[in-house]
Amino acid sequence: MNNQSGAAPETEDTLPKSFLSNYLGLKIGLFLVAWFVIYRQLLTLSRYLTYDLIGLRPESHLGSAVEFFLYDTPKVLMLLVLVVFGVGILRSFITPELTRKILAGKRESTGNVLAALLGVVTPFCSCSAVPLFIGFVTAGIPLGITFSFLISAPMVNEIALVLLFGLLGWKVAALYFVTGIFIATVAGWTIGRLKLENHVEDWVREMHANRSEMPDTTMIWEERVGFGIDAVRDIVGKVWLYVVLGILAGAAIHGFVPENFMAGIMGKSAWWSVPASVLIGIPMYTNAAGIIPVVEALLGKGAALGTVLAFMMSVIALSFPEMVILRKVLKPRLIATFIGVVGAGIMLVGFLFNLVI
Amino acid sequence: MKIQILGTGCAKCQKLAKHAEAAAQDLHLDYELVKVTDIKEITAFGVMMTPAIAIDGQVKLSGKVPSVDELKRLLTA
Repeated sequence: MNNQSGAAPETEDTLPKSFLSNYLGLKIGLFLVAWFVIYRQLLTLSRYLTYDLIGLRPESHLGSAVEFFLYDTPKVLMLLVLVVFGVGILRSFITPELTRKILAGKRESTGNVLAALLGVVTPFCSCSAVPLFIGFVTAGIPLGITFSFLISAPMVNEIALVLLFGLLGWKVAALYFVTGIFIATVAGWTIGRLKLENHVEDWVREMHANRSEMPDTTMIWEERVGFGIDAVRDIVGKVWLYVVLGILAGAAIHGFVPENFMAGIMGKSAWWSVPASVLIGIPMYTNAAGIIPVVEALLGKGAALGTVLAFMMSVIALSFPEMVILRKVLKPRLIATFIGVVGAGIMLVGFLFNLVI
Repeated sequence: MKIQILGTGCAKCQKLAKHAEAAAQDLHLDYELVKVTDIKEITAFGVMMTPAIAIDGQVKLSGKVPSVDELKRLLTA
């Protein structure tokens, strides 16, 4: 990295760009190859560890639980590192300012879809939900479109998608992505139709669009890669424990809870389980990393996919702390509408999947 | 020189304040570090992601915690 503390702008006093990117390309290439080679060995390795080294019997409860844990933990963590790194680089291109520029002046329906999609890739953390909300609204972005963004940003994220892919396969991951975008689009659109603009706190509406121009942030590739590495350190550093605990809980369920145990409670026949799951999910606060391994295990014990997806979406998308943060800019009725509309959307998806699949 | 840390008090904002303090001291700057935690004031700066840092009222970076070296470059620019 650049060690000079001189006054020159950072792009000029570094090595020639071509040299850097060649070198960088090589490093990333090596990393990808190593990643792939290790990833392909994981199953063999976990079996070897469980049955040969520890000496458990494959048909025993403990054996299957241990193998599940030893295989899934490194697999999910490795996937997480790769995807978070890639998304980190992608996000170095997409700032909230850029997203706002794209969304400003868009018509409602198209704008809702676009906002939901951009919510996936724009850097977002619930702690900056308020400045972002104000930034959008003061730039003249309609309330409904802003909500589409605010719904999809926490719900459809790379961590959830990686875990679903790693533990349940690409079909469920894709299903989650599509329905997540759908809910964000429709719920945002609905909120837009309800004309609740005057339920935004008054001080927000009095604010004028403050165009303090951000400094031009064109980055060189080295910085973008640095951004990706930072993202890995930051995100994986924060969620790895949840992943491990989640998989541990999942492994325990796998090995010790009898088949079809969940069928009566979370199975298709119990229609009330979908709304119940959504309701239980709202006050629960955890991230995708902690909930998905448990979800995977529940599915294996006879819980219905729709019910489980509804539960998961409710836990991630409707979190109590975020409502508290948003309360600073939204009046209670708008918050209630937000929870109601998103909750209804999630329930609909839950019922739909239980019916179809 | 006036250094303002914009953020509602999350862990990242604390870290940014610490880094900025270290950078300014290393450079022997005559500075004043202020933490802006009020959400209304923060949004008045026009930032959409916290934490952010403003030097003499100008927002320089938002949404990330830069290293001490990076901050030194910003402070001397």
